Amino acid sequence: MQITFKDVTADYQIGPLRTPRVLDSVDFNLEPGTFTAVIGHTGSGKSSLLKAMNGLLIPVKGEVHIGGTVINRSKNKKSLKTIRKKVGMVFQFPESQLFAETVEQDICFGPLNFGVPLEEAKRIARQVIQQVGLGPDILTKSPFALSGGQKRRVAIAGILAMQPEVLVLDEPGAGLDPRGKKEILSLISKWHNNEKLTTVMVTHDMEDVAHYADNVVVMEKGQAVLHKGVRELFADIHALKSLRVDIPQARKLQLKIEQETGVKLPQVCLTIDELANCLMKAGLV
Amino acid sequence: MNKLILGRFFPGESILHQMDPRAKLLAGVYFILVLFVANNWQSYGLLWIFTLVVMYLSGVKFSVYIRGVRPLIWLILFTVTLQILFTSGGKIYLDVGPITVSNFGIISGIYIFCRFVMIIFISTVVTLTTKPIDLTDGINALLKPLKRLKIPVDEISLMLSISLRFIPNLLDETQKVMDAQRARGTEFGEGNLLRQMKTLVPIFLPLFASSLNRAEDMANGMETRGYQSGEKRSTFRQLAWKRKDTLCIGTMIILTFGLIVLRTGGFIH
Repeated sequence: MQITFKDVTADYQIGPLRTPRVLDSVDFNLEPGTFTAVIGHTGSGKSSLLKAMNGLLIPVKGEVHIGGTVINRSKNKKSLKTIRKKVGMVFQFPESQLFAETVEQDICFGPLNFGVPLEEAKRIARQVIQQVGLGPDILTKSPFALSGGQKRRVAIAGILAMQPEVLVLDEPGAGLDPRGKKEILSLISKWHNNEKLTTVMVTHDMEDVAHYADNVVVMEKGQAVLHKGVRELFADIHALKSLRVDIPQARKLQLKIEQETGVKLPQVCLTIDELANCLMKAGLV
Repeated sequence: MNKLILGRFFPGESILHQMDPRAKLLAGVYFILVLFVANNWQSYGLLWIFTLVVMYLSGVKFSVYIRGVRPLIWLILFTVTLQILFTSGGKIYLDVGPITVSNFGIISGIYIFCRFVMIIFISTVVTLTTKPIDLTDGINALLKPLKRLKIPVDEISLMLSISLRFIPNLLDETQKVMDAQRARGTEFGEGNLLRQMKTLVPIFLPLFASSLNRAEDMANGMETRGYQSGEKRSTFRQLAWKRKDTLCIGTMIILTFGLIVLRTGGFIH
């Protein structure tokens, strides 16, 4: 599903204060089926960008198009629900939203809210719990009795069970050990490919960007300062420096090798495997 | 959720911000008491002048105060309506059974309204200009005499400061959980009462769970750093009584005299 931001400006009302624009004239277009990484420093508006895709943050100016539906200032509440059905949103530390007595009830919560019959919701729960790498026996347990990693998976399963067409994730790997994080991300990547989703993921880790995303939005002070393909982004070293964006390990190594040997490799390598192949082709090893 | 003004701190440099929290608390509580001395339009006028000047001195925009009154406006109007409908005497405009609308009723309704609004304004001034931590220090200092009655004042004020400290966290978290459940298709404030109550479960359960976890973390953190209740302890922030504070108490005394003079029938009936 296509996601288009047209000159979107938004802010929050916090008590007596109005925050300065958390989103400031954001303008970009995400093609259907793409995996987009959103990067930027703390407070740059990444999370707000995601909220704007789900109708949780309504623009004061401009509009957000999700497929055929529009979110703008004059949007009424009812139509937001149809958008939320299409856009599944995984918050940062999503395990904090678990509440039900059993895992099954928690996973069914989303689908039931969107009018899926109970039997059907239970069938979906059984299916998604396996997709996130947990056994069906966990369905009868209390979500509060699970380990951190399991809770995270259950929470994500709760979103996947809504069968969204767009998946929006705010640092899904935060606070997990490296292995748990990798498992979660590859699970999301697999789901993205199988279900032909349009996925948007906030991350701080450039390795994640290199491994999973195909294009990148760079946020800075509420503005989308850059929207590019991953390879294009990591090709332009000078731009990366001025944006203070890290470079993935493999690309760093590539630059070092290029500098030492004076040979310029034909492509921008994002993973170690790619780099190894490239080096072999170039006859450097 | 974020519209709640009462109990929030508004950073600033005004004279009220610089005052000692003890003075502000005393003056605030005293103002609420002295409010009941007023009984005619002159004395209420004086109170209004005082309130407005204090609000002006706080350096906070007037609209912020108005927003502080807004959540309570129905309660206020309800009380005022009762006052108008059930006070008799004076010139009667309307008389249906037990309900009478008289000029006495209308006047006392207006007075009640003024009292409510001024209490909210003044207490908002105190909380807007005092850091929560200073507020609890002030309360602690003012409650100190109760220690002789074996009341655990330090513990009470510690509990108070911890709960005040976590209010913003709790509000943020509530917002976050609400957003998360909204993203899963919950609609708040829709349908009949039972349905609305049901939508609260997915908010409160996660909040309880995280609050309990946090309380445990907090207790462990305090224990590992050797916290013992009932010990005599020194404080990092020392309260300092300044000239402004004495001036503030002086102003309150003058206000009291002013009210007694303006009040009909003197102070004693």
